[in-house]
Amino acid sequence: MDLKIKINGEDWTLDVAPADTLLDVLRERVGTKSPKIGCERGDCGSCTVLIDGRSVRSCLVLAVEADGHEITTVEGISYDGLSELQTLFLENNSFQCGFCTPGIVLSATELLEQNPNPTRHDVQEALAGNLCRCTGYEPIIDAVLAAGDGGSE
Amino acid sequence: MTPTDTFLFEAESGNKDLESVGTPAVRIDGRDKISGAAQFVDDIDFGPGLLHAAIVESPHAYARIISIDTSEAEKAEGVVRVATGTDFPYKFGMYMEDRYIFAQDYVRFVGEQVAGVVARTHREAVQAAKLIKVEYEVLTPLLDPREAVAQDADLIHPDLDDYTHVPWFFPQTNTNIAHLRKIRKGDTEKAFAEADYVLEDTYTVPRYAHCAIEPHVTVSKLDFADRLTVWTASQSPHTQRHLFAEALAPLGFTHKDVRVITPYVGGGFGGKAGVSMEILGAALATLVKGRPVKLRWTREQEFYNTYQRQGVVAELKVGVKSDGEITAVEHKLYWDAGAYVEYGANVVNAAGLSATGPYRVPNITNDSLCIYTNLPPGGPYRGFGYSEFHFGLESHMDRIAEAIGMDPVEFRRKNAIVEGDELAYGAHMNPSGMLEAIDRTAAAIDWGVEEESDNPNTVIGKGISLFWKAPAMPPNSSSASFLKFNEDGSINITVSGMELGQGYLTVMAQIAAEVLSVPVDKIRVETPDTDRNPYEWQTVASHVTWSSGLAVEKAAIEARAKIFDVIHQVYGYEDDSLYLEDEKVKCRTDPSFAKSLSDFVIDGIQTEDGTWRGGPIVASGKFMPEFTNANSDPETGQGGHPNVHYTVGATGVILEIDKETGRIWVRKAALAVDAGRAINPDLVKGQITGGLVQGLATVLYEDMRFDEGGKLLNPNFTDYKIPTAFDIPDEIIPIIVEVPQPDGPFGARGVGEHTMIGAAPVIANAVYNALGVRIKSMPITQEKVAMAIIEKSEN
Repeated sequence: MDLKIKINGEDWTLDVAPADTLLDVLRERVGTKSPKIGCERGDCGSCTVLIDGRSVRSCLVLAVEADGHEITTVEGISYDGLSELQTLFLENNSFQCGFCTPGIVLSATELLEQNPNPTRHDVQEALAGNLCRCTGYEPIIDAVLAAGDGGSE
Repeated sequence: MTPTDTFLFEAESGNKDLESVGTPAVRIDGRDKISGAAQFVDDIDFGPGLLHAAIVESPHAYARIISIDTSEAEKAEGVVRVATGTDFPYKFGMYMEDRYIFAQDYVRFVGEQVAGVVARTHREAVQAAKLIKVEYEVLTPLLDPREAVAQDADLIHPDLDDYTHVPWFFPQTNTNIAHLRKIRKGDTEKAFAEADYVLEDTYTVPRYAHCAIEPHVTVSKLDFADRLTVWTASQSPHTQRHLFAEALAPLGFTHKDVRVITPYVGGGFGGKAGVSMEILGAALATLVKGRPVKLRWTREQEFYNTYQRQGVVAELKVGVKSDGEITAVEHKLYWDAGAYVEYGANVVNAAGLSATGPYRVPNITNDSLCIYTNLPPGGPYRGFGYSEFHFGLESHMDRIAEAIGMDPVEFRRKNAIVEGDELAYGAHMNPSGMLEAIDRTAAAIDWGVEEESDNPNTVIGKGISLFWKAPAMPPNSSSASFLKFNEDGSINITVSGMELGQGYLTVMAQIAAEVLSVPVDKIRVETPDTDRNPYEWQTVASHVTWSSGLAVEKAAIEARAKIFDVIHQVYGYEDDSLYLEDEKVKCRTDPSFAKSLSDFVIDGIQTEDGTWRGGPIVASGKFMPEFTNANSDPETGQGGHPNVHYTVGATGVILEIDKETGRIWVRKAALAVDAGRAINPDLVKGQITGGLVQGLATVLYEDMRFDEGGKLLNPNFTDYKIPTAFDIPDEIIPIIVEVPQPDGPFGARGVGEHTMIGAAPVIANAVYNALGVRIKSMPITQEKVAMAIIEKSEN
């Protein structure tokens, strides 16, 4: 089946199988490896990508469902240097092993787009679908709060 | 380590202020990880030749294999090769060789690998695996360690006596006890008879899963020159190479023929130490020469067919005098070690050596029993046995303090082990900041101040617990490093410790930066490739900051000596008048002299006659703890020096409990750990926060549940819940204590595992403090708390 999508600003036309997930296509056909395979059932959030700015678990999205849409991964927001949020992740040590980080950066990016000055509870809610086993979340929450308009809440 | 090696750097540099060590340097792997650049094994491209493997697993916890029919699978679409135990009748194991690559005559846990399929696509491999027919004679599994040690129990490993193992293991003939670690010190019987108060009870701890977010994955390739290369998500590249070379030696492999490459790892926590599924990929690759083979565990397999944290039943008896002095400890640990104990037996050993906890105890009887059961293999998990036995031990300490009318903090202060005290096995305790850790933790949670909830439906409780842990490693486990300068004065360092997320690469860079006066961001520390990186035993035991840090410090000191030697040759300044500052060589006797490293560390320095001196500055360093030995009397555990040192600390919490529903909120948690010296304080705080949250999850809700047939019931994140961003304390107070480790790099010792050890008992103690109910089995779930409240009100 033909799939026309925009991935990180670049147009792609791909012949995909009906059962291919968006995650399969991004990793194996396009070579975009920042969305990770963690559980393949939507529990862990390490495959999170943005479709038209909204976060999804790309392991649960069939590639054909993304036809005509625009996909953003962490590679897409890293072209022109780091975003403010990414810089704050560096300063706050908001990652350890880094496996969940691309998904978390995208979920937090979406939150800040929707709600530029989130509360601690807002941040926890936005990240509740992204599992991190290393950090204990605290430094991640700190970075996202610092990226909010108020800087703190 | 000889006294002259102690405080290598400080001894030479006098009181120079540290510029890199002790600073919160930005992680050198940070850009990689936040930009999506970080490459994990599954992210590496292997081209169109890549094959995929799937594994056929036993549905039975204990069964004899009658036959395996692979004929249908071999004919299936896309299948390149099928393998079973007959292809690889080889054993392997880390400390005890009790495992086969694929099952031979028997399967001993649900999930044990029986056959493998290699196919062109992942889907084809999975489909073909379903076509393999295995006929079993189903046997009755032993799932409870105490049943497995009963006199008449079936033997899960009847050939135990013949297994090769390290000399400090003591398998018990004709039993399911693969190893028994005994400690006998003083006269426990007499001490109990003379004690003013004795408390005896049993505590139980279930199995737990590591849940690194990256599943195990390996890609293996045997090329046409008979070279086996294995890319793995591993904590142990050199140990893996060694075990692959050993296990596959019958096929003609030697160490130089095997290459293990380990890029970034998406979390380990012990689960990616040693060798587990990786050997399947390596073995299968030998059957399909020229083609790389990928084997990636599903999340389910991640739960049931990698190492699990072992369960334990702990029988504990402690005697005290009326003034609170502990006089005797008897600790019997019955470990549910699973079907194979090649790694897990050393968890049992480590716990047995240290099961008194961080206390001064003159009379000790410890028995730590490594018991085979028909559950998945136990193995290393952050805390390595200590998290498990501290639950009962630190619960017990609170109970004793209450019984004799002493404040639990005061009771612990009185008995806390301090420098010079004799350890259970006869050696002596290293310098430690335990008393400072206790005091600062108690202060952080306002210990002694009773707090009342504003909410009539909830109560507030406070708790405290101590922890200690030593690295558990063979006495000759070593670390090494290579260091080279580049033209611009930047540095590349190769080591073989793993960056698991703890910040190891950054800390190694900080150590070298300090010695060589080069900024941390001009140093690249690379992930391992056993062909080019020097040896490291494994990244486990919280030992790499200490051990690999010493190897890097020594390499940097060697490089500095070579730098000074070049300057001496060309300019005549004596080596001991030279020092490094701001990437320059300077001279104490000639303040006008300053030579930039970038001027000469590759090209050397031209002399007056036009010839050159120097050349590329390269150096190496290694460290082995030459003061340790694991030789001790099997009956008493006395005589050896098995542990290099202990890291200690304290944990405190304030929690709030709903009196009707049993729901627990951790309002405040404080954790103090003695890092010796925090090479990077922010990274130490990261370990405190992450380890504490991981530990709290084990006591509040995580729990592996098995059915009566030994099948894991909750092998996914829906049914085995790990913390989300909501499931963290309202406030975490990290406290760094720094009482230097005399033989550590700049005084440092490891902290990574320790941060989760105190979490379980501190919750048990705070729940008691709030409600007056003592829960003696983990996890302390909301349901268990609610039931205990009802039971208490009915009595």
